[in-house]
Amino acid sequence: MMNRQGRPTGIEGVADSASVTTFTGNAGLDMDEALIYEIGDTQRSGVDLPDVDISADALGGLARAGEIGLAGLSEPETMRHYTRLSRKNYAIDMGVYPLGSCTMKHNPRLNEKVARIAGLSDVHPLQPISTVQGSLKVMDDLAHWLKTLTNMPAVALTPKAGAHGELCGLMAMRAALEAKGNAREKVLVPESAHGTNPATAALCGYKVQAIPANDKGRVDLDAFKAALDDTVAAVMITNPNTCGLFESELKGLADAVHDVGGYLYCDGANFNAIVGKVRPGDLGVDAMHINLHKTFSTPHGGGGPGAGPVVFSKALMPFMPVPDLYSDDNGLNLKEHVNEGDTNFGRMTAFHGQMGMYLRALSYMMSHGSDGLARVAEDSVLSANYVLASLKDVMSASFDGPCMHEALFDDRFLKDTGVTTLDFAKGMIDEGYHPMTMYFPLVVNGAMLIEPTESESKAALDQFIGTMRFLTAKAKEGDVERFQGAPYHAPMRRLDETAAARKPILRWTPAAD
Amino acid sequence: MRYLPLSENDRRDMLSTIGVEAVNDLFCDVPKEALLKAPVDLPEHAGEMDVERYFNALGNLNTAAGHVPFFVGAGAYKHHVPATVDHLIQRGEFLTAYTPYQPEISQGTLQVLFEFQTQVAQLTGMDVANASLYDGSTGTGEAILMANRVTRKKKAIMSGNLHPHYRDVVDTLTRFTDDDVRSLPSTGADSAADLAALEASIDGETSCVVVQNPNVFGELLDLRPLAEKAHENGALLVVVVTEVVSLGAVMSPGEMGADIVVCEGQSIGNGLNFGGPYLGLFATRQKFVRQLPGRICGETADADGKRGYVLTLSTREQHIRREKATSNICTNSGLCALAFSIHLTLLGEAGLRKLARLNHERTLKLRGALEGIPGVKVLNKSFFNELAIELPKASEDVVNALAQKNILAGVPASRLYNNAYTNILLVAATEVVTDGDIQAFVTALEGELS
Repeated sequence: MMNRQGRPTGIEGVADSASVTTFTGNAGLDMDEALIYEIGDTQRSGVDLPDVDISADALGGLARAGEIGLAGLSEPETMRHYTRLSRKNYAIDMGVYPLGSCTMKHNPRLNEKVARIAGLSDVHPLQPISTVQGSLKVMDDLAHWLKTLTNMPAVALTPKAGAHGELCGLMAMRAALEAKGNAREKVLVPESAHGTNPATAALCGYKVQAIPANDKGRVDLDAFKAALDDTVAAVMITNPNTCGLFESELKGLADAVHDVGGYLYCDGANFNAIVGKVRPGDLGVDAMHINLHKTFSTPHGGGGPGAGPVVFSKALMPFMPVPDLYSDDNGLNLKEHVNEGDTNFGRMTAFHGQMGMYLRALSYMMSHGSDGLARVAEDSVLSANYVLASLKDVMSASFDGPCMHEALFDDRFLKDTGVTTLDFAKGMIDEGYHPMTMYFPLVVNGAMLIEPTESESKAALDQFIGTMRFLTAKAKEGDVERFQGAPYHAPMRRLDETAAARKPILRWTPAAD
Repeated sequence: MRYLPLSENDRRDMLSTIGVEAVNDLFCDVPKEALLKAPVDLPEHAGEMDVERYFNALGNLNTAAGHVPFFVGAGAYKHHVPATVDHLIQRGEFLTAYTPYQPEISQGTLQVLFEFQTQVAQLTGMDVANASLYDGSTGTGEAILMANRVTRKKKAIMSGNLHPHYRDVVDTLTRFTDDDVRSLPSTGADSAADLAALEASIDGETSCVVVQNPNVFGELLDLRPLAEKAHENGALLVVVVTEVVSLGAVMSPGEMGADIVVCEGQSIGNGLNFGGPYLGLFATRQKFVRQLPGRICGETADADGKRGYVLTLSTREQHIRREKATSNICTNSGLCALAFSIHLTLLGEAGLRKLARLNHERTLKLRGALEGIPGVKVLNKSFFNELAIELPKASEDVVNALAQKNILAGVPASRLYNNAYTNILLVAATEVVTDGDIQAFVTALEGELS
């Protein structure tokens, strides 16, 4: 117990924070941290390994000579270095992370525990099949959940991320078309699509034709129909789309594409809004990737690893990649090679995909169950609409009507204030929020795409809404400095990205003596 | 439901603010016939205990690598990962952050990536590295696409002794592009023949040659003559390393003249995880920086002049360039890269050297023990921590028989080469292998072959 006798406990006479500079450059708990190369050296180590003698090596005269230059730290220094660095990150564990189209939901720690069960994590992908039946059962169960939730008959689990899944889906389509004798020439992609869509189509050897959105923020069915002919291999649609809206005409579009002999690819990045409520298989979709790191809560990890399994329609099943799971008399097995006469289009990755993510996603699905997953979709849509309804009188909503799981605003409400979407976003950082997605989708000016997810309490949403209203008022009052200089209270002020790109410094190098 | 904070009262209040009666009113844009009337046919929600019980039971159906004598490699390796690594990567600030697009509140991730890129460049002997790719196999495909961009040529040649799954991944990735990617036939354990065939295949049309070191049979290659031949013809040398710990003992690809280096980084910091998630390391020469695929972190300064880090050169990437991007990749393997970087920081140069030496010593010991078994022939002239051995019978049968005795003996080459090399077995020995493990393996193998 602290002795308060004779010790001042008030704050009379405490100076203003801004005027004090510190010896260390730290600001209390906000600590500067040098690079490992500035702290450690090549001799220090945080592991104890035996120093073995080798009388005659078998390296074929190719032993590595000279210093590599790798810096080492002791264990306590390592712990401190990374702990200090971690504190300079914003994270979903710390607060609302309303990053539209990214689905920053709560990451349950049960998933992490499950993924670390030794019998499931400490298993090599090329062990004999009889010794990995548990892992294959996990894959089989995950496949069952994904197929049931989408009403699609097959799934390729191996793609490593959403964009990798798109590639997998489009390759199966191209393989199917080639099998019919004509690969065709182009892929239609709405203007509002993620950049990965056109990049993927290009990797499949297709020309990309962008189709403008209509004034309701959806695909223009007539524009699509006008562009559809027998040179079209596929149409790629995101549903719900990147404006946060459901593509009501999707079934009609699917029929139209199928009528000309093409396929419908659905980008499932926004599946969270409809999981357990709508099955893409009922809408005529031929292939769709599912970002396990979005809808099914596997952690984003500061930029991956993701996982992007692809569900397929019956028409595309014969063209799916290997490895493919099947059952035989001995249990579950893997088809690992494309043999003469097989129609599988190939292999996406060296082994069996993101097993660690399968485990986490399945743990999440089982925890929610069929009832809970539908609730996820409902609460995510409810929360986004609550934000939309609570802000649309002060910010400019881009489209009328209810949204799905994300609310899209544009920068009309900032007109003549001198504050840009970027400034506004940086102002949110000072309020303790990660900004929403900015300048995407490209179909509105200065887009601000807010996705609260189902993980926020009403109190958290109300505080977020209150903050946004406050900032909106400040921008309109002409408090430009608050925004243009922002952030003031983050671990760093605004960073010069132009300078970084002009003369790239991509690694530490020793100072010249 | 434990993960959903909204109460029934909250939901009612929120619906009222929005001005609708029921949550389904918000799904009014969904065609009526597509909106499900009842839950899908899957089990209802489950508590933590039930979920754990289910996964524990499935775990018991597997043989865990750490519970048995273990010699399986061929592109994924069991190494000891210090406890500190897994503790640190589970800090929520790292685990539950997004891609660092807002650098002011992402300096933790960004500084780690900057350090990671430096470590990868040093390890591979190259100038620069990116912030990681999905894994080594997809990275190899990206390397070929990059080499074709750099050289403005289309013909890439892959060694027959590059991991067959890697070759399949490359063939798939380039199947529908106008790149002309050719695979030479495997020469098996005769690596001199492979190198000779690679050299002979290079001409003025060649964009790059792709070769793995140590190759899939564990053999170490001196790539300097190949680099020279490639460069004489305006082609690049792409070197693939699937066992990155080897770089603590073996001359780096950069020192041998590589232009692009791709590694599977799993061996450092990351567990086996039945094949993923892993991480691709990707490094190159300074002059090719603007042709790199994937994310890159760079140093800059903030408005107060303080040193900081940002994602940079994004004009190469799909979200700006769309169909003209250097790759369709949108993500990296951030958390795996963090694990890699922490483990390598704990090792440091001194620790990595010791670790590599220990791996080599274990494998020398294994070789000695295997050579004493009648009918077993070690095919390698040189190696790091993996050997190709020839058995007097089908290696798949031997592996299955030893698995029954709780020994995981290695990877039959026939599993990779789709039934070719029936009698060849690939065996790896890392620092986790004990003398007792080697003895148990040898005894069981002798029994199986006698």
